[in-house]
Amino acid sequence: MDSLALIGALSALGACIGMGIGAIGSAIGEGNAAAAALQGMAQQPDEANRIRSTAFILLAMIETTALYTLVVVMLVLYANPFWDKALDLVTK
Amino acid sequence: MIQYDVSKLFDIPLKDSTLALQQYDKIYLFELFGLPINATIVSTWIVMVILVLISYFATRNLKADVQVSKFQTLLELMVTWLNGEVKETSNDNPAKYMGLGLALFLFVLVSNFMTIIPWFRPPTASLSTTFAMGIIVFFAIPYFAIRNAGIKGYLKKFIQPTPFMLPMNIFSEFASTFAMALRLFGNMLSGIVFAAVLTTCLPFLLPISMQVLGLLTGSIQAYIFALLAVVYTSGVAPEQASDLTDLNKGDLNG
Repeated sequence: MDSLALIGALSALGACIGMGIGAIGSAIGEGNAAAAALQGMAQQPDEANRIRSTAFILLAMIETTALYTLVVVMLVLYANPFWDKALDLVTK
Repeated sequence: MIQYDVSKLFDIPLKDSTLALQQYDKIYLFELFGLPINATIVSTWIVMVILVLISYFATRNLKADVQVSKFQTLLELMVTWLNGEVKETSNDNPAKYMGLGLALFLFVLVSNFMTIIPWFRPPTASLSTTFAMGIIVFFAIPYFAIRNAGIKGYLKKFIQPTPFMLPMNIFSEFASTFAMALRLFGNMLSGIVFAAVLTTCLPFLLPISMQVLGLLTGSIQAYIFALLAVVYTSGVAPEQASDLTDLNKGDLNG
């Protein structure tokens, strides 16, 4: 296998595995946070509005880890620096 | 060598959707005073024109009557709601933060809602737009902190709880706004990528439902972006605890 094919295959593999792991962590965290927020809302309906707005912000912050992964995956898939370098070397 | 093509803003062929995705900032439309203008800037201008027109026509016939126009009711509802949210999160006079918060909220909301127009790329799906807004918040944090508690109070934030936390505090100052910009970008980008992937494998029906979901996440992201900006800028509270009269000063509910 030449180096270009190796870089392409490993990039795709790494992107998929990385996105999967990133999604798992974020999903577990968001599930826990949402469950706790719902429990809080059920126990204290008077505070539901306050809990809801705080929960939205916290969920967005937890989601950030998955989005970091997404950005890295997009970089690897669409703007891969190693791929460009290898392509340059091959075409030269 | 830069290629100019006006038709590219609204007509991105499907097979090039993944290509256009990463190079959205690199789609050059025309040249202005020797500066190349890309699609992000043009779509930002479109959103700006829409916002300016809405605010111009909305504030023409403002009344304090019993019978107000539906449009005014909608805008009053929005401002009152965000005012209450800002008041709850900042524990301060909301009028102080409403200028920044509402501006960010409306801009992000309108540009996210523009995704329903086919082939229109929201400017929030470009990293340069979200980072520009992140930089605004980054400089707004010391501005509001110094306004609230003075320079001393602002610098004191960095050595809390102990002076050993100084590097971490400085790092978190950068990381919080960086994460904010990246979060908005990632959310909008993931929506576009998802739509592009679904369009290639199941056109017509499924992308519509995803667009509806995209509207929901878009509005939630606008809310989160504005609220996080308020949370960060109101991080340093005024030194004397604001009494209730001060707190209620900016309350639109009376």
